[in-house]
Amino acid sequence: MHSDIFDRYHDTESFIHRLDPRVKVSVTVAFILSNALLPDGAWIAFGLSWLFLLFINALSKLGIAFTFKRSFVALPFALVAITVLFSIPGNPLTTFHFLMWDLTITDMGLLRFESILVRSWLSVQMAILLVATARFPDIVHALEHLRVPSILTTIIAFLYRYLFVLVDEVFRLLRAREARSAAAAGSRSGGSVAWRAGVAGNMAGQLFLRSYERSDRVYNAMLARGYAGHLLTINPHELRRVDYITTALALSVIFMLQVIGRL
Amino acid sequence: MTNVLAVHNLHFAYHDHHAALRGVSFELCAGDKVALVGPNGAGKSTLMLHLNGILTGQGDVTVGGARLKRDNLPAARAMVGLVFQNPDDQLFSPTVFEDVAFGPLHMGLPKDEVVVRVESALSAVRMSNFRDRMSHHLSVGEKKRIAIATVLSMNPQILVLDEPSAGLDPRARRTLINLLRELPITMLVSTHDMKLVEELFPRTIVMDEGVIVADGKTKDILADEKLLEAHGLEKP
Repeated sequence: MHSDIFDRYHDTESFIHRLDPRVKVSVTVAFILSNALLPDGAWIAFGLSWLFLLFINALSKLGIAFTFKRSFVALPFALVAITVLFSIPGNPLTTFHFLMWDLTITDMGLLRFESILVRSWLSVQMAILLVATARFPDIVHALEHLRVPSILTTIIAFLYRYLFVLVDEVFRLLRAREARSAAAAGSRSGGSVAWRAGVAGNMAGQLFLRSYERSDRVYNAMLARGYAGHLLTINPHELRRVDYITTALALSVIFMLQVIGRL
Repeated sequence: MTNVLAVHNLHFAYHDHHAALRGVSFELCAGDKVALVGPNGAGKSTLMLHLNGILTGQGDVTVGGARLKRDNLPAARAMVGLVFQNPDDQLFSPTVFEDVAFGPLHMGLPKDEVVVRVESALSAVRMSNFRDRMSHHLSVGEKKRIAIATVLSMNPQILVLDEPSAGLDPRARRTLINLLRELPITMLVSTHDMKLVEELFPRTIVMDEGVIVADGKTKDILADEKLLEAHGLEKP
């Protein structure tokens, strides 16, 4: 059994797919930074950023609405910012009563909240585009080349590799429980909530133990092949002219966005 | 014939004081292909983990004439290629290429040499066209062959395999057997697959409860029904 649910790479031949992963990682990070730095309410710049994103979507041949369709997964996380609605001083728009508080929404608060929503929505789309057009190992290589500390890239690489193994493990545990979740004729199946919670707790513990023991075995396998504390890799990537030109162009576009946002 | 591997009076107990090895001694000569059989919990895997110093018990393990010590472990690990039972434990890199390159890279070989070694190890297990695949998308049989390639790329003197045919379908098992037969290398293979033992290994070591109870020609051991029955084994 394989769980491929995390694999977001979409294999297509396109200009974007052929770019060096370093280009894609740097431009993605620059784009996300640029979003974060744009002032509140810079709607023209936000709109242009979105056009830039759509343009890359089209270049990657994934379809212009590719990231749009997948972009709403991250919106719930933006709700963390909901408190800015009430906490930024400005002209009150409306007041309502919630539990024991009187909450006043201000115009400045609303502006900040909308801007944060747009920023995160744009940033998530670019990240989605990155993982759809670069294979995960290549992204890790790119991070290594870009001098991200090797301890971090190693953790990311292992996390990705064993995520699949762990999820398979979870599915096996769930299936084993399912297979024995029977009901006697005429009686309700399932037991008490507390008992079921106990079972779930045991399964979580079981998963931890299995992962822990597996980490031991993986480490042994690494030792057996000479591991001495540093991961070494060969990275065949080479930057071509087109990579340099694309990076320069993309970064200038992002710079222009900043200028337009501050006019 | 020279000894490439010698184990003398090896004892080992796990942290819970369960004695897994209680005085194990044997020798391997260059070119030997030896089966290691015995019931679950006999100490086969524990013994294998000693052969390149991942576990260290009391007693001597000599690899290529040198006694295993802390400072010659790296050399010993290049000589003894250990393939684990579960390929998911062995294949920890994102791509097949990187997994096979892991050993040679850690031996400090130059990059061109590493690439050559990876290519030849992958072609030895007939998986050349898998080099850019991600390990977690492969079948168990494919993973097992890649796992063998990850140690072949270190050009080991001895190949130590833990239950290589477990969990394989008949075709994958047959491919593996042919592969093991063709590899011109000293081999110690633990297995429950007695047909495999009969077919591939001239010599067999039987272990039970942490000691070697028999060590001899496979056909003599397989003919000794009393011995097989006493240690939970079956005639093929």
